[in-house]
Amino acid sequence: MSSPNELTLAEARDALKAKTLSARELTSAHLDAMAKARALNAYLLETPDRALAMADASDAKIAAGEARPLEGIPLGIKDLFCTEGVETTAGSKILKGFQPHYESAVSANLWRDGAVMLGKLNLDEFAMGSSNETSAFGNVVSPWRRKDSDAPLVPGGSSGGSAAAVAARLCLGATATDTGGSIRQPAAFTGTVGIKPTYGRCSRWGTVAFASSLDQAGPIARTVKDCAILLASMSGADARDTTCADLPVPDFEASVGRGVKGLTIGIPKEYRVDGMPAEIQKLWDEGAAWLKAAGATIKEISLPHTSYALPAYYIVAPAEASSNLARYDGVRYGLRVPGKDIASMYENTRAAGFGREVKRRIMIGTYVLSAGYYDAYYVRAQKIRTLIKRDFEAAYADGVDAILTPATPSSAFGIGEKANADPVEMYLNDVFTVTVNMAGLPGIAVPAGLDSQGLPLGLQLIGRPFDEETLFAAAQVIEDSAGRTQLPAAWWA
Amino acid sequence: MSVDEKTVRRIAHLARIAVTDEEVGPLGAELNNILAFVEQLGTVDVSGVEPMTSVLPMAMKKREDAVTDGGRADAVIANAPETEDHYFLVPKVVE
Repeated sequence: MSSPNELTLAEARDALKAKTLSARELTSAHLDAMAKARALNAYLLETPDRALAMADASDAKIAAGEARPLEGIPLGIKDLFCTEGVETTAGSKILKGFQPHYESAVSANLWRDGAVMLGKLNLDEFAMGSSNETSAFGNVVSPWRRKDSDAPLVPGGSSGGSAAAVAARLCLGATATDTGGSIRQPAAFTGTVGIKPTYGRCSRWGTVAFASSLDQAGPIARTVKDCAILLASMSGADARDTTCADLPVPDFEASVGRGVKGLTIGIPKEYRVDGMPAEIQKLWDEGAAWLKAAGATIKEISLPHTSYALPAYYIVAPAEASSNLARYDGVRYGLRVPGKDIASMYENTRAAGFGREVKRRIMIGTYVLSAGYYDAYYVRAQKIRTLIKRDFEAAYADGVDAILTPATPSSAFGIGEKANADPVEMYLNDVFTVTVNMAGLPGIAVPAGLDSQGLPLGLQLIGRPFDEETLFAAAQVIEDSAGRTQLPAAWWA
Repeated sequence: MSVDEKTVRRIAHLARIAVTDEEVGPLGAELNNILAFVEQLGTVDVSGVEPMTSVLPMAMKKREDAVTDGGRADAVIANAPETEDHYFLVPKVVE
């Protein structure tokens, strides 16, 4: 029999219910797998004692017939979610040793539903990155390798630890966040499923803020159904987050089997970018064919302002980050580096505590918000954001139910491969994903095939506001057509 | 638009991040790389377009003007580098 950590979340849930597996056995199997996988550096902090205590509590609940939706299910938590009494670093030296005295809304929802916490997952510092190479605590190594090569690959970012842990079977699912693609791009790089729900679907309370108008929490898991199960628990209204929508949570799991008969899927021509690898174009065409075979109508559409989304994002996101990261000043929590006076203390603390990418983005953000430049950059970018959103609204008003695009412009690259590239080259990883955050829409990445090097490639579906259900239905069609991704055998153990 | 060394130092000061003399040059180059990338936004016709301030239409939530939290001073200062009697201690601010 395969190890319990090789099950999907849904299968494990069934096994627990049928009592063919105990929560303790399931958690122990994961802890063993994690202990053997430290070379991947997916977990920043393992919490085995807490995990086993939670598993035992779950076994008691199951025995009493009081199992909650995620009872006994072991999960990893991106280290951007504040977990009460458990160190939360945001992948940064400036928060090393920070122990929140409160639980984030999203993780609180998971514990409310009976899930088990395995530990905190590695990420790009303050969620700023597309390869998990900016973490202050080391890179994450992808469980995937190119055919006939030992070269370590990136898992994508910023939720690199989450994606790697799910792909390496070190958790049944993980929480992640997405500001410009940080759920969808690593999911695509690791052959896993990741959904960024509509802005406002999940509460941001207790989630370390990067860009407040773009950030959104979401799950990464091994199947579409597993993601649907997790998103249902993570979502929900929260009075403490004024941007969290007061909407009931749909039965996402039920939507997975809906199919796409009668739906119209848009193919935006502007996503056919110059120099796009033929393999990716082929996969995109295949995805459209699968959806058509399942009863959808495929329609070419135009989203004219697509090419402006990435540059506009690199004004809006850093601007919001410069504001959100102003709180890290060495006074109330986190690192403090002394200075001759208070101003020096701030400057020394922030210089020592923040990594290069974070500093770069704070500086760009500060510049575009400064007097004399605010209108030319920030206000203009916000206007372009309106135009980007209008493009989508027009397509949806015209009868499109969901939009199909590639998820990434390439498969995973090697660790260090982009070290000498300029910052913008790394930013181009998000070219297909940022539009979705800029418009506040839901987007899902689902594995669709492997490239010629044996590395996963994903497709992205973009939906109407608060219509994650259609995304799950369409993604399931792709998953069924492509077949379940064969995840890499544990070379790291 | 590009930034010179003087501007890099000014931005660093606004952001309260110390930069060494060696860092100013490379940092400026990186910032200019990003600014060159976003320059293309200048070509878009945005006349008559409202800036987007809220991604999805939402009304600001309001709550009752009542005390619903507080009295947790220990928790509030628990992670602070230097405290005394529930005060955060910092280097002297006023000369």
